[in-house]
Amino acid sequence: MKIVVLTKHVPQAIGEVSFGPDLTVNRSAVRCRLQDADEYAVEQAARIACRRLDVQVTALTMGPSGASAALRTALARGADEGVHILDDALHGCDAPATSLVLAAACRRLGFDVVLCGTASTDSAMSVIPAMLAERLGVPALCRCDTLRTDEDLLHATRDDGTGTGGTEDLTAAMPAVVSVTDRSGEPRYPRFEAIADARQKLVRTWSLADLGIETTHVGLAAAATKVGKVTRAEPPPTTVTEDPHSAAVRIADFLTQQQFL
Amino acid sequence: MAKVLTLVERDAREGTVWRSACALLTLARRLGEPIAVLGDTPDEEMVGALSRYGAAEIWCPADADKAARATNTDQAARATDTDLLAALAQRLDPAAILIASTPRGQETAARLAIRLDSGIITDAVDLRPGPGGEAVAVQRCLAGSYLVESTIIRGVPVITVRPEAALPEPHPAEAALHTIAVEPSPQRAPHVVAIPKPRAARPALDHADIVVAGGRGVGSRAAFAVLTDVAEALGAAVAGSHTAAELGWVPPEARVGLTGTTVHPRLYLACGVSGSVRHRAGMQGAKTVIAIGDDPAAPIFKLAELGVVGDARTILPALLAEIRARRPPHDPR
Ligand SMILES: Cc1cc2nc3c(=O)[nH]c(=O)nc-3n(C[C@@H](O)[C@H](O)[C@H](O)COP(=O)(O)OP(=O)(O)OC[C@H]3O[C@@H](n4cnc5c(N)ncnc54)[C@H](O)[C@@H]3O)c2cc1C
Ligand SMILES: Nc1ncnc2c1ncn2[C@@H]1O[C@H](COP(=O)(O)O)[C@@H](O)[C@H]1O
Repeated sequence: MKIVVLTKHVPQAIGEVSFGPDLTVNRSAVRCRLQDADEYAVEQAARIACRRLDVQVTALTMGPSGASAALRTALARGADEGVHILDDALHGCDAPATSLVLAAACRRLGFDVVLCGTASTDSAMSVIPAMLAERLGVPALCRCDTLRTDEDLLHATRDDGTGTGGTEDLTAAMPAVVSVTDRSGEPRYPRFEAIADARQKLVRTWSLADLGIETTHVGLAAAATKVGKVTRAEPPPTTVTEDPHSAAVRIADFLTQQQFL
Repeated sequence: MAKVLTLVERDAREGTVWRSACALLTLARRLGEPIAVLGDTPDEEMVGALSRYGAAEIWCPADADKAARATNTDQAARATDTDLLAALAQRLDPAAILIASTPRGQETAARLAIRLDSGIITDAVDLRPGPGGEAVAVQRCLAGSYLVESTIIRGVPVITVRPEAALPEPHPAEAALHTIAVEPSPQRAPHVVAIPKPRAARPALDHADIVVAGGRGVGSRAAFAVLTDVAEALGAAVAGSHTAAELGWVPPEARVGLTGTTVHPRLYLACGVSGSVRHRAGMQGAKTVIAIGDDPAAPIFKLAELGVVGDARTILPALLAEIRARRPPHDPR
């Protein structure tokens, strides 16, 4: 069984992130790390690997040169090998282009399950898993709280999305794309030997040419979204002191505005 | 005028389904002629409500009735929202497609953008026409610290919209009902095999969408009962700080914190909770926090999007009355 786990290298402190002159995230100005959301995906892959013998886990990232650090973290936490898609033409990729590249890499690797986090901490779009599934022509099980595999089926539970706290049980035949939440099981901290051993594991670097993708189909120039303007938002927190009735109205207005009422 | 498609969610939380649909129609009006799209055949009441909020046309799949008879666990032959919207995009050549940014909506939008080879913008908090009539979307990015304005320059713009982008405003129209034949795409939806837990009147704490939490500042067991009523009125789960549990106001399993339950609700309403490190460890995954407390220096206010400095004992009853006054009768259902 082949598992590809997606690992994104993201800025450590989102509050410190700024945009470059081309209005993309200034990735070289901040310290980055493997994002938490993906640690849960790596953990699920490692758990599946513990339970059956035939599992091979490949950690996959697409990102500038520093992103290989995310792969090392994933390798220390149980992935068997890493693949880093590195190509300067990728700078400024939008979500459809990112999914195009990741899908090509998944196809080349071959997979039964592609595991990902639910959302990136920088873009927070939560669309890559479903986009990948669409491109690969397989089911997507998004936002799973639990995941179990048997011979050729995946079983998962997730919030039913109705906002009532209900859950639903899902199954899908492999191959499939699965994204897991931070309720899926706490990542275990790797032992020192595992961290040392991870340095010996194989990390391959692929370019767009390796994947057979034209550079004109990706990057800033090919983006289907055009950013017009970026402004610092005014500090959001508002603290008010009011008599009980107007305080209640204020809260209810907020609830109405955010559609909780 | 260019048509703007809005996806009416099938089974969002009771009461919000119409609110999100009506909000999308209200937004669509800014960009063109609002069209409501839904996966089931609407009844007369639904047609009426969608008309009231400005839908010029309503589209649903031609075989919706047959599909609806298939049970929830047998969805094999059912066209998905993606299939439906893709077919309509081809037929109507819309100026944009608007979808509520719920988990399901986000998934539909992601697949749709790939299928149409379109650009996608997620979680828009505002939407308006640009100089050429194109949709300009505003996103709050990087933990809310930046406002980003963008437009989509390829394909039919697919935009998911946050609830705060618009309040529903009525705009009576005569909606004409149309159907379209939709070919289900091959086997891409996972099967829902069971919905194990019957809906509880109040949701389980660790899965709750809204959590109302009380701490020492609530003051008394009697005042805590009011907090419970507020939770009930909001369809929320009740939680407490460690202190509230020690005082016996909430059962130990309703403790939120490092050694208690960890919650990830969309809304966390903290009443009389100071927000110690240990408490914050259990609730910092909340999307939006509202805090009520009498000490403006309490750490919980740092996390709050709305902080109200005052006495929780007097604010809670006033809030309960306000919520009850605003509830169902005003719902545009
Ligand atoms: C705040 C924010 C909002 C976004 N909103 C949208 C949206 O609404 N719609 C949409 O389609 N996309 C969106 N994205 C996703 C994004 O991919 C953008 O569309 C944007 O064009 C790229 O922005 P970026 O600043 O992340 O670019 P980059 O920093 O260039 O990153 C884009 C992707 O390419 C990778 N990458 C960068 N350089 C390299 C390299 N040398 N080798 C390999 N990989 C590389 C990055 O790891 C990342 O995955 C958003 C991203 C952010 C941060
Ligand atoms: N550049 C990338 N490299 C590897 N994985 C990614 C990348 N971008 C997104 N992902 C994966 O897709 C998930 C959802 O990302 P997003 O749609 O950007 O919120 C993340 O948690 C990652 O697992």
